[in-house]
Amino acid sequence: MTKRQKRMAAVVLLLVGLSVAAVLGFTAFSKNMMYFQTPSDIAAGKLPEGARIRLGGLVEKGSVQRGDGLLVNFSVADCEARLPVRYEGILPDLFREGQGIVATGHMDGRTFVADEVLAKHDENYMPPELAEKLVTPDGKHSCEQFKSMGAKA
Amino acid sequence: MIPEIGHFLLILALGVAGLQFLLPSWGVWKRDARAMAFGQSAAQVQFALVFLSYLCLTWAFVQKDFSVTYVAANSHSELPLMYRISAVWGAHEGSLLLWMLMLSGWTCAVSVFNRRLPADITATCLAVLGAIAVGFLSFMLLTSNPFDRHFPVPAEGKDLNPLLQDPGLIIHPPMLYMGYVGFSVAFAFAIAALVSGRLDGAWARWTRPWTTTAWLFLTMGITLGSWWAYHELGWGGWWFWDPVENASFMPWLVGTALIHSLAVTEKRGLLKSWTVLLAIIAFSLSLLGTFLVRSGVLVSVHAFATDPARGVYILGFLAVVLGSAFSLYAWRAPQLKSDGDLVFFSREGLLLLNNVFLVVAAAAVLLGTLYPLFVDALGMGKISVGPPYFNAVFIPLTAPLAAILGLGMAVGWKRAKFAEVVRQLRWPAALALLLAAGLPFLWVGSSGFAVFAGVMLGSWVLLTSVHDLWGRVRAKRSLLAGLAAVPRCVWGMTVAHLGLGLWVLGVAFVSLHSVERDVRLAAGESAELHGYEFFLRGVDPVHGPNYDADRGTVEVTREGASVTTLHPEKRLYRAQQNVMTEAAVDESPFRDLYVALGEPFDNGDWSLRMYYKPAMQLVWWGGFVMFFGGILAASDRRYRLAKLAQAPVSADGKVTA
Repeated sequence: MTKRQKRMAAVVLLLVGLSVAAVLGFTAFSKNMMYFQTPSDIAAGKLPEGARIRLGGLVEKGSVQRGDGLLVNFSVADCEARLPVRYEGILPDLFREGQGIVATGHMDGRTFVADEVLAKHDENYMPPELAEKLVTPDGKHSCEQFKSMGAKA
Repeated sequence: MIPEIGHFLLILALGVAGLQFLLPSWGVWKRDARAMAFGQSAAQVQFALVFLSYLCLTWAFVQKDFSVTYVAANSHSELPLMYRISAVWGAHEGSLLLWMLMLSGWTCAVSVFNRRLPADITATCLAVLGAIAVGFLSFMLLTSNPFDRHFPVPAEGKDLNPLLQDPGLIIHPPMLYMGYVGFSVAFAFAIAALVSGRLDGAWARWTRPWTTTAWLFLTMGITLGSWWAYHELGWGGWWFWDPVENASFMPWLVGTALIHSLAVTEKRGLLKSWTVLLAIIAFSLSLLGTFLVRSGVLVSVHAFATDPARGVYILGFLAVVLGSAFSLYAWRAPQLKSDGDLVFFSREGLLLLNNVFLVVAAAAVLLGTLYPLFVDALGMGKISVGPPYFNAVFIPLTAPLAAILGLGMAVGWKRAKFAEVVRQLRWPAALALLLAAGLPFLWVGSSGFAVFAGVMLGSWVLLTSVHDLWGRVRAKRSLLAGLAAVPRCVWGMTVAHLGLGLWVLGVAFVSLHSVERDVRLAAGESAELHGYEFFLRGVDPVHGPNYDADRGTVEVTREGASVTTLHPEKRLYRAQQNVMTEAAVDESPFRDLYVALGEPFDNGDWSLRMYYKPAMQLVWWGGFVMFFGGILAASDRRYRLAKLAQAPVSADGKVTA
């Protein structure tokens, strides 16, 4: 092979390698993509069947119920809808009623089964993606309204 | 008064940095030796100013001057002195000042150690570093001044984030920043090479120790961060593929590629424009990391700043730096001609392959980190990819690296015979196979394909490194004489590769064979985990300097024999009323036993998280050994003693071309 052909061969090899890596990457990406959803998104039925979801919302006041061992049931709500959540494991330090959380898991019938629950390490902190969804069009925070709804429930 | 002085010193430093950029640049253009030499004194003055300013902020923390907004937000009268000093870099403004201190420190070091280099190279380097300093100083002064005061003065500070009150966190950020900022030197050298059009073995030799030093600090920073997350977050994980972790890992991957391509450029005069490109990318990723972490686009414990002006500024700065660097590259890089031909089956060919894998791996991490941000910015919904994506992409991309590494050390420069290399490596290969078959059973009592492959790769790296060293020593009269004759940079390579081997072994075991169990226990009850019996004796209240805690006593036994007693804590930091989990870990080279307190139940029970983690220590040791290898490589004598031909300077102070 001449020098030029060798160089071309190297470039072709590199391109093939890169495209294989890209295909691998994008396949893995689309397989593992998780959608951030709020209870009202789920109520609207927008999600693909069996998808893994990151559920964001506030823990409804008075909804936390302990079961046997580490089993715990609670509701996560936003302004319009609430969703029952089942979780078996240790809740994070900042898990409290009225607190914003993000839970990862999937839907099992009408119940969300979480395998991970995160609450942030700052009392006033709310995940930006959640805060964004809870802000009303006139720029006010809709949590207060929600909390009263939670109290009624 | 002291904070105002600190602020004033920063403004002075900005002026000096501006001159450090302008005068030497003009000097390089006009070939004026005095203007070029100005860069060195400017660099040293700038360092002194920033250092004093840094001391002013430290002073404000030590003196508990709560009239300074930043101090009030991140300190407390009960905070121990050690944490008051480290609180300087506990949040956005102060950590920028630390960044700046590092940058001026590196710049000052360049001005001192580069005296023997051609004047125009040093001048260009210092001008580039001056320009970066201008960017960061004005960022600090315009958007995030740590010396701002506020009135009325609060009687008490808000306390340092309890997550940061840990010894690991005292040294993690400075190490990481040393690494991030260190790549600015490699970047400056790359720009100098493009501007001067000279890129030869000597240039690579000047750049190598700087790059290796930046890399070793980054290695240490990442290892410490991981170690901290393991002990402090209470989840028992050590790597979460969190965007902030990725932000530090991407420059590490590209920096590692850069170290290897610099070796090729030095020894063989090949891959020149590739090396320059890598240097630019490594620094760009450091800046990108700073942007991601500091702009508040990410959700993380690290994301302090949520002021959009800051994000816009860093993004603008990033655009200017990248735009000018890549334009210069596009204009000048075609002039950088390689001194020969590259044969695939040779050391340089395999190093190129290593580079391709490392860079593609970095690109995959970049995709997973940035794509969700893009999708969000375009209003197409909020998505994220978790660890499964990263593991699925990263492991197939990096596993071949370990295989190539062993080959690469056995293959000579220029060209090699495949059959000869296979003959040489048959023993390490056979032994690695044997270890892969046997070790998992001895270590964790079971095996599988993944752990087999992991142990195979890890021991392959370890054994080929030792084999390579043995090849160098064997010919000598005695073992000691042989070992002493091995140059330090070769030791550095060998040690760093040994570190990688240990790390791969550790990762294979701990990722595949950890056992986790969450339980609910009352005092006096026990639970079993992987042959160990965890007995909860009780949970008692204790008091620390600025927190109150529940402290558990967990006695661990194995087949009736006592193993250890662990004291996990659940702390409530008084000032911010924050709850923190302090895990207790019994560490040994073979396995870690990890216990964290979960939450109390109404009837007095506690939930407990227990882990059995085999070979966890090897992951840290791998990092530390790589760090040590970096020190050996960067301190090789040939970098210091290299007397370099200096461009002759004529009597009127003009450099003759």
